[in-house]
Parts: sequence; structure tokens; C-alpha cells
Amino acid sequence: MGRFRDDASKKEMPAISTASLPDVVFMLLFFFMTMTSLKEVEYKVKITPPQATELQELEKKHLVRYIYVGEPIDKLQSQYGTEPRIQLDDAFAEVSQIENYIVSERSAMPEADQDLLTVSLKIDKDCKMGVVTDIKQALRRAYALKINYSAVTRPNSNL
Amino acid sequence: MARKKKKVPEINASSQADIAFLLLIFFLTATTMSVNKGLARRLPPPVPADQKTEDLKVKERNVFVVLINSENQLMVQGEFMEVPELKDAAKKFILNVNDDPNLPEKVPVDIDFFGTVMLTKDHVISLQNDRGTSYAKYIEVQNELVAAYNELRNELSMSKWGMAYEDLNEDQQKAVQKYYPQKISEAEPKNYGGNK
Repeated sequence: MGRFRDDASKKEMPAISTASLPDVVFMLLFFFMTMTSLKEVEYKVKITPPQATELQELEKKHLVRYIYVGEPIDKLQSQYGTEPRIQLDDAFAEVSQIENYIVSERSAMPEADQDLLTVSLKIDKDCKMGVVTDIKQALRRAYALKINYSAVTRPNSNL
Repeated sequence: MARKKKKVPEINASSQADIAFLLLIFFLTATTMSVNKGLARRLPPPVPADQKTEDLKVKERNVFVVLINSENQLMVQGEFMEVPELKDAAKKFILNVNDDPNLPEKVPVDIDFFGTVMLTKDHVISLQNDRGTSYAKYIEVQNELVAAYNELRNELSMSKWGMAYEDLNEDQQKAVQKYYPQKISEAEPKNYGGNK
């Protein structure tokens, strides 16, 4: 029966159906969508968070504001030097600006949420406590008393 | 076979995979795995400018002093100490098993589930650091102190309910929290270690 073509005379591999490929990809997509959080801002400072074990997860992202402290990234070091700098939202800032920043961020929140504002401090582990203390004092003055020292989980070996 | 009316032409779904891939790649690049974890702490309210900082009357035996100097060295209760020892020292201080007169005094406290128990209710862990202390060291020490409390709470809930502290219901957690209240106080900033 002249059914066979010449080149596939032996055994023809059946084409694998790709109909379920979109489903697989969508599954991956949903996994990543739920597991990840969008980057809040573009970092202008280098941050290697310190390690710790007693960590709590930050919940309710809309109640969290971030303060970043660290050396400026390589690209900006010629301009800003290598001393640790503070970054609020997308720009470098001074300690004196933190109080105003928190106050204005808080007043932009719905009234019911204003007391729940949490400030997450993302600070490079090589920073000195001097700048951290200054930030803490500024936060106290702004009555942003709930803070969270951002850190990563330490692998569970001994120090 | 009798012919049906007219078949609706099937929509070609072969590009669905491409669309999904596009979205997937967008999310892969635009996201960071949730690293939003940290040590939650609460700052004390600000001291009014006109108020003189008066020393609170806390008995000396009730205070556990932790100092970190600008060389990242740790001094606990007047003695040099390494970080790994800190947790046990703090636990010993909070527990005061043998009612040692040098450790914080025990007072009867009435707590749900537990009844009246003798606790070192008025103890305070006072943490002071220098402006030159590195942030990593500071977090390490904070972490050890929080770990001391968490271990005590866990041990308590294990012996009482046979469950980890995290698995308790809200009332039970509250009781345990009242049993071991977290009292880490940070001093008003000063300069130690004589740098600068």
C-alpha cells in the first residue's frame, strides 16, 4: 500500500502535541506572580542586608515605607563618593528630610491606616550605627515607631 | 451523516504560549523574590524637647546592660562577651531560676492559663551602642536578644501545650507574651569607645 513516503520509510516520530504548553507556562506565570513582589524603586545604593534568624515577614505592603542606606552604586560613586547615603523613594536624601517624608507619606494614607505605618530600614551591613541612630531619632520625631530592620535568613549553621 | 449547520472556525491558540511566555519573562525580570523580612522592633516615643531626661528608677539588679563599642566588642553586665554566649546569658537573666539576689527580682503575676506565677516582670535589657558600631554587629546582637525571648516563649508553650509558640491561638499567644514580655530598651544615643 503506497502509504509510506520515501524519507520516512522506517518509523515516523509522532509530533508531540504542544497544546498543553500554554497551560504549563501559565502555571509558571501564576507561580511567579504570586511569589514575587515588584521592585519598589530603582536602587541608587548598594545594599547587602545583614543576616539574622528571628525574622518576621513584612505583611500588608501598602502600609510599608522604605528607607535605604548604603554606598552609592558604582555608576554614581564619582558623583556622590563612597560614604553611605540615604535613599528615599528614587532620590538621595539627607537625614533632615526623613521626618517630612514620613509625615507626608502618612498623610497620604487613609486615616484608618495611619497608625499602622511601618518603616522598613534596608541598610547595608557595613554601615556604621551613627547614621542608623540619626535615622531612628528622625523616625521617632515623626512618630513612625513601628520599624523593621530588613535582613536575610542566616543559613542554620553555627555562626 | 447529516451535515450540521456551519462549524464556527476554531481560534488558533498556538500564539497563546508566546503571550504567556512574554508575561512570564516580564514577571521574572521585574520581580525580586520576597526578601521583605526583617527584625520588627518598636521605637520609644520621642522625648519632648523641654523635658529633662530623667533616669527612670529601675533597680540595678533588674537591668541587663549590653554595650557594643566602636570596635564591635560586646560588654555584658560589665564583662567582655562573645555574641554566641549572649543568648544564654540573656535567658538566664530573664528566668532567674534560683531567685539569685543579683538577678532581677521576681514578682507574682496573674496570667490566664497559668494562674499566678513568679516572674521577673520588671527586668529590662538595655542595649547601648556607639556611633562607630557596625550595623551588622548591631543586628546580630538584636537578633540574639530576640532569639532569647523567642526560645523562652517556645519552651513555655511546648511544656504547657506541647505546641510551638507560632501554632498557639491568639489568646494563648497573648498569655505567653505576658509571661515573657519583650523588654529591650535602647538608650538615648551617646558616644562610647572614644572615637572621633
